[in-house]
Amino acid sequence: MCLPMQSDPMQPVPVRVLTRRREVADTWTLELEPGDAAGRPFAPGQFNMLYVFGVGEIPISLSGDSADPHRQVHTVRAVGPVSRALAALSPAATVGLRGPFGQGWPVEAAAGADVVLIAGGLGLAPLRPALYYILSRRARYGRVALLYGTRSPGDILFRRELERWRRRLDLEAWVTVDYAGSDWVGCVGVVTNLVPSASFDPADTVAFVCGPEVMMRFAVAALQKAGVDDAAIHLSMERNMKCAIGHCGHCQFGPLFVCKDGPVLSFERIRGLLSRKEI
Amino acid sequence: MKGIEQIVREHPFFQGLDEAFCDLVCTCARNVRFDSGEYLLHEGGLADTLYLIRHGRVALEIAVPGRSAVRFQTLGDDELVGISWLVPPYRWAYDARAIELTRAIVMDAGCLRNKCESDHDLGYEVIKRLMPILVGRLQATRMQILDVYGAPG
Amino acid sequence: MNTTSDLALITPDGVRRLIEVLTARGYRVIGPTVRNGAIGYDAIDGIDDFPVGWTDEQDGGYYRLRRRDDAAFFGYAVGPHSWKRYLHPPQLRLWRAERSGDDMRIIDEDDEPPRDAFIGVRACELNAIAIQDKVFLGGPYVDPHYRSRREGIFVVAVNCAVAGGTCFCASMGTGPRVGSGFDLALTEIVHDGAHRFLVECGTDVGAQVLTELPHRPAPPSDIEAARAIIERTAQSMGREMPATDVPALLRRNLEHSRWDNVAERCLTCGNCTMVCPTCFCTSVEDETDLSGATAARTRRWDSCFTMDFSYIHGGSVRSSTRARYRQWMTHKLSTWVDQFGTSGCVGCGRCISWCPVGIDITEEVRAIHEGECDGDDS
Repeated sequence: MCLPMQSDPMQPVPVRVLTRRREVADTWTLELEPGDAAGRPFAPGQFNMLYVFGVGEIPISLSGDSADPHRQVHTVRAVGPVSRALAALSPAATVGLRGPFGQGWPVEAAAGADVVLIAGGLGLAPLRPALYYILSRRARYGRVALLYGTRSPGDILFRRELERWRRRLDLEAWVTVDYAGSDWVGCVGVVTNLVPSASFDPADTVAFVCGPEVMMRFAVAALQKAGVDDAAIHLSMERNMKCAIGHCGHCQFGPLFVCKDGPVLSFERIRGLLSRKEI
Repeated sequence: MKGIEQIVREHPFFQGLDEAFCDLVCTCARNVRFDSGEYLLHEGGLADTLYLIRHGRVALEIAVPGRSAVRFQTLGDDELVGISWLVPPYRWAYDARAIELTRAIVMDAGCLRNKCESDHDLGYEVIKRLMPILVGRLQATRMQILDVYGAPG
Repeated sequence: MNTTSDLALITPDGVRRLIEVLTARGYRVIGPTVRNGAIGYDAIDGIDDFPVGWTDEQDGGYYRLRRRDDAAFFGYAVGPHSWKRYLHPPQLRLWRAERSGDDMRIIDEDDEPPRDAFIGVRACELNAIAIQDKVFLGGPYVDPHYRSRREGIFVVAVNCAVAGGTCFCASMGTGPRVGSGFDLALTEIVHDGAHRFLVECGTDVGAQVLTELPHRPAPPSDIEAARAIIERTAQSMGREMPATDVPALLRRNLEHSRWDNVAERCLTCGNCTMVCPTCFCTSVEDETDLSGATAARTRRWDSCFTMDFSYIHGGSVRSSTRARYRQWMTHKLSTWVDQFGTSGCVGCGRCISWCPVGIDITEEVRAIHEGECDGDDS
């Protein structure tokens, strides 16, 4: 699963942008070369550090299919200096890449159980590789539900793919938006409202949750209310990851380094920290 | 065909309700259907009913001048439409319309209020079923207000 | 444990010779020296560079040099510097990048640090180095810059003959006697007339170096004198960490009112993190030249007391002083144990002396501990 690291884990490899596609107004998907003829294997939920020449480096989750280590797919929301510069890169441009880093979704451990994936906003991007993984081994899992919430119909990520997923008979895919105009006939309301609608056996369910921290706290509450065990709920946390190897200290979350102990952490491990302010 | 008693009994809102209470509330209930686009209730209107959706989908909307209505929640199977019937002056606070064929139980709110008033045990049972729905919607509203997916300020 | 027969005695001239021998062996010799009114660690040429006859007076927010009435080389506690500035430099260019058109090249920065010999490493500092070893060498990722500096060092440790006013290594179990991690360990004996040093060898290299110095077997009286010196130092610590399970204490007191109290005093200057011999946090800076053709990345020490430290899009996770002090202290004394199997504090007292408002980590722990005890009584 892990890439044999170059001698200096802080040194990026230059890789080319293969394609760039606009997803929604401020969000782009970039496909990058792996920077290694053998590909750059990754696990669903892991992230790379992407460096834009002279601007800086940020962590970006892999949003593509881990079955194809030759394409490093990243979905980037242009909100800061580096993410804006990344989103503006054209094909053939070069970026620096380090990774993959971190612990991903426990997709293997979830085999045999029902799986509920709850995504909020851009949180769908780090969950997409987990869904690809599960769907390509569909028979090994019980019921699978994707609950996706975002701000408005115009903010729906991976729209065509979501439509394809909704047509599948072996996947329950629910989409809801916080607000809509009257031309939107889909669900309106927060993503946690979808939890009671999804079919899963709470006693034998593994939940993967990714989105803004507040949304994840609400999602955990909804899952707990539905009877899902704390140890079966996994969240992808966000903190200020700079070095990605547990050396710089920035991403500490209580005793955890989000970069190397996470970003995916079981709720059981972070129960005492998540609702505490300024940890 | 199922009788209204059976339909009411089977609706999750009344699940586990005492037989005698069920008989009481059934006298206030009847079946109703709405085609897609049909309004269940209008903002400002007298809140003299409540709806328990059996199948279908209902959108809650608030009209905004100069824009199309803002849809802030959709409700589906087994959910409750309308809470204002419980609180004076009993006026609807938003529009609700079916966005697909919707079958529901409609209850006469005045009838239910009177029964709850004269039998506080029934009233308490009804309130216990309403409160989690209210609290859930309040929490959902908080999350919407936070605009958690919005661009970071 | 060394038997008494392994212990040797050298004179101040032997120490002079030690510096020569190490220099001849290709080491850059770093030792204590007086700089800017404090005793720091810097490259030294000989024993004249030592803070001969100086000591330090320390207390919360207070550090002053004072004259001793003898010519001791190591008659002080610790200054603001620690050895981390040599093993984990405050600023380090990691790499450069060149761009031409769509192409980018990353160029390894030549990093061939000198081989350092450290003279005057205290027990607390040896423990601090062992702790940083766990951070930079002990995990799945190794910091090659730390490793290249760390691997070659020669360590001449010193058993402390004086305890500073802010020292509390005895209560942390990290001193004042040096345990392991040294090539040679000295105990300076200046009373009873002659100025001499008891020498213990910790490694074969250390033993080889000793053979090149004028030395003689240590008489039992000097071995006893050295033991008494260290014992006296242990008994005269200026501070003491409360004898309780500190990691658990802090874990269950994340919302204690003491954090608000300390926040009223803390200036979030970050001095404590800069002088701490174990604090390892860094940040990187990316820069380009004016033409935009070359860029570089530099790593710098960073501090959890800055607002930027915990920044995620939109703001800082820890924006209050309370949260930032709590992060530093709970990391140092509690979560460090979860992360690295050891406390992050070695009891050197630097954070107390160099805090501009004299915040005392032992006092903060005591306040929380006693607050909790009071709570139990009520």
